[in-house]
Amino acid sequence: MSNKPLIEVNGLSKYFDVNTGLFKTKKLKAVDNVSFAIKKGETLGLVGESGCGKTTVGRTILHLYNPTSGEIIYDGKQIKSKESIEEFRRHATMVFQDPYSSLNPRMTVSDIIGEPLDVHKLYSSKKEREEKILELMGHVGLNSEHASRYAHEFSGGQRQRIGIARSLAVNPDFIVCDEPVSALDVSIQAQVINMFEDLQDKMGLTYLFIAHDLLVVRHISDRIAVMYLGRMVELADSKEIYDNPLHPYSKSLLSAVPVPDPKIARENARIVLEGDIPSPLNAPSGCPFRTRCPYATEVCATSMPEFKEVETGHFVACHRVNEIN
Amino acid sequence: MALLEVKDLKTSFFTDAGEVKAVNGVSFELERGKVLGIVGESGSGKSVTAYSIMQILAPAGKIIGGSVKLDGQELIGSGEKVMKTVRGNKVSIIFQDPMTSLNPTYTIGSQLMEAILLHTDRNRKQAKERAIEMLKLVNVNEPEKRMKQYPFELSGGMRQRVMIAMALACEPDILIADEPTTALDVTIQAQILELMQSLQKELGMAIIMITHDLGVVAQMCDEVIVMYAGNICERGTADEIFYNPQHEYTKSLMRSLPSANSAGTRLQPITGTPIDLLNMPKGCAFAPRCDAAMKICITKPSPEFEVGDNHTSRCWMCAKNAHSSGEALMEIEGGENNE
Repeated sequence: MSNKPLIEVNGLSKYFDVNTGLFKTKKLKAVDNVSFAIKKGETLGLVGESGCGKTTVGRTILHLYNPTSGEIIYDGKQIKSKESIEEFRRHATMVFQDPYSSLNPRMTVSDIIGEPLDVHKLYSSKKEREEKILELMGHVGLNSEHASRYAHEFSGGQRQRIGIARSLAVNPDFIVCDEPVSALDVSIQAQVINMFEDLQDKMGLTYLFIAHDLLVVRHISDRIAVMYLGRMVELADSKEIYDNPLHPYSKSLLSAVPVPDPKIARENARIVLEGDIPSPLNAPSGCPFRTRCPYATEVCATSMPEFKEVETGHFVACHRVNEIN
Repeated sequence: MALLEVKDLKTSFFTDAGEVKAVNGVSFELERGKVLGIVGESGSGKSVTAYSIMQILAPAGKIIGGSVKLDGQELIGSGEKVMKTVRGNKVSIIFQDPMTSLNPTYTIGSQLMEAILLHTDRNRKQAKERAIEMLKLVNVNEPEKRMKQYPFELSGGMRQRVMIAMALACEPDILIADEPTTALDVTIQAQILELMQSLQKELGMAIIMITHDLGVVAQMCDEVIVMYAGNICERGTADEIFYNPQHEYTKSLMRSLPSANSAGTRLQPITGTPIDLLNMPKGCAFAPRCDAAMKICITKPSPEFEVGDNHTSRCWMCAKNAHSSGEALMEIEGGENNE
């Protein structure tokens, strides 16, 4: 892992227009002013509950959504113009959550994996294309006999391998993994997680690993970022954030994870939050977490807490971070 | 006498591709006021076991053998009339997805009152009072207002609370919870699990908790059944299953989980893919994926071995440690020598 960031995200926002009535639209702030950087060869875990904007962050970075504001800097170059986006997509790819809907049922495995090669014209002869596809299939543990089959002939775990092989086709440096193991059975999850780690070692890949399973994220990530209602609330080393979470939301989120160990589960003091996650259409004023926060005061309702470094490499967005810890 | 006795339950689905033995000889007992966890991967038969107890199988599914006794009363073959007095009254079920299990065209109130009117002699006014009381019990705020709302107006966590209120309205002896928190977020899951725990203590019902999440099991359950390919492979107290697993499948499942200390190390996955229920192997269903498989595992399914106090395992590896295994041990050795 080098110290130079491979990808930097500064003040990224993505708002969607939502129709709320005749001629009336409202801004849904799916992602609001999010900044982070990922070093080369690093895995940044991105966690949060549904609707917190973690998937939108992943998609906006790859320009699958056009960012509303903010900048994305890859390898020192800003990704904005059409040419830079096209070039960027030769280095950055995505693995999707659902291995069922993300593979075209009418295409054979070799066509699915070969499509990025076709799009970016990465071969000079048919034979070279074939060889590249077989090599990619080998990377993810598929046999050459699988090449002419269709996606429906495979189990969930194997489909996810096909999706990963497709994302590796352009020989990328950076992969956004959007919940890549959550649709898989426990016994298959470990196979796929190991594969992600092996590929990282072998090819020096950088991951943005989006997931809601905190045990998985903790296993695979070097650093972890926690999101809530479109904002980043905490970012730190993965060990640090588990041993010493500073934001009240991270504290309760981490304590709420059921641990597969009965003694710990019995003794564990869970911080159970009251109420539901507010709708992002009616986000609370000030700090987005204040409606469920046990420590909220007036200042939390009036101003948005700044996302600042409180210890080396440990960022938190909370007004009362010093008082409550 | 146990509250629920399931003996050699067999349920198959008859499909165009052939007979799928979804539940293949499951036996267990559930005591009053206990929480029993059933864990397994998709297709292991954990939900079908529950649906067979309730007799709410899809048309292709048929119970082809075994017995289910509730409080000594045999339910299999008892007829739809008897089952109607059981379902929602003595045994209730809540499902994974609270959106699809509530009827979108009726208000919360009318759906809650339906069960109460059906199973008790309360009149409409009393049923309404009972429904509001139930909503209060499951911590739904503004219960009077919620009664008039439709399911789409509530959040996922709220809907699951309504489902629980509905399931508990007639004070069942058993609550079957089929993946009750899988569709919910972590902090909402914590709320629902805590609610179920406190209601269980307050009302003293027994719970069958069906889940694939070993964390939920560790938190909730007194006893655990581990299922694989339609069969129970291991059964014991939660502590025994987590700290002293005996079946090779349970052991490898526990090893494959990421944990607090696993960062930086490789996980130990279970090799291979889940079993195809249409092509079941002759011997132990887990043998093709098992690192410790012996010759006999491939040719003959393992009997149930008593491996501890109230702890059984269907794994030939346990033959050596089990109490009454002289015969089994000989069989294993015989199998090995035949090589």
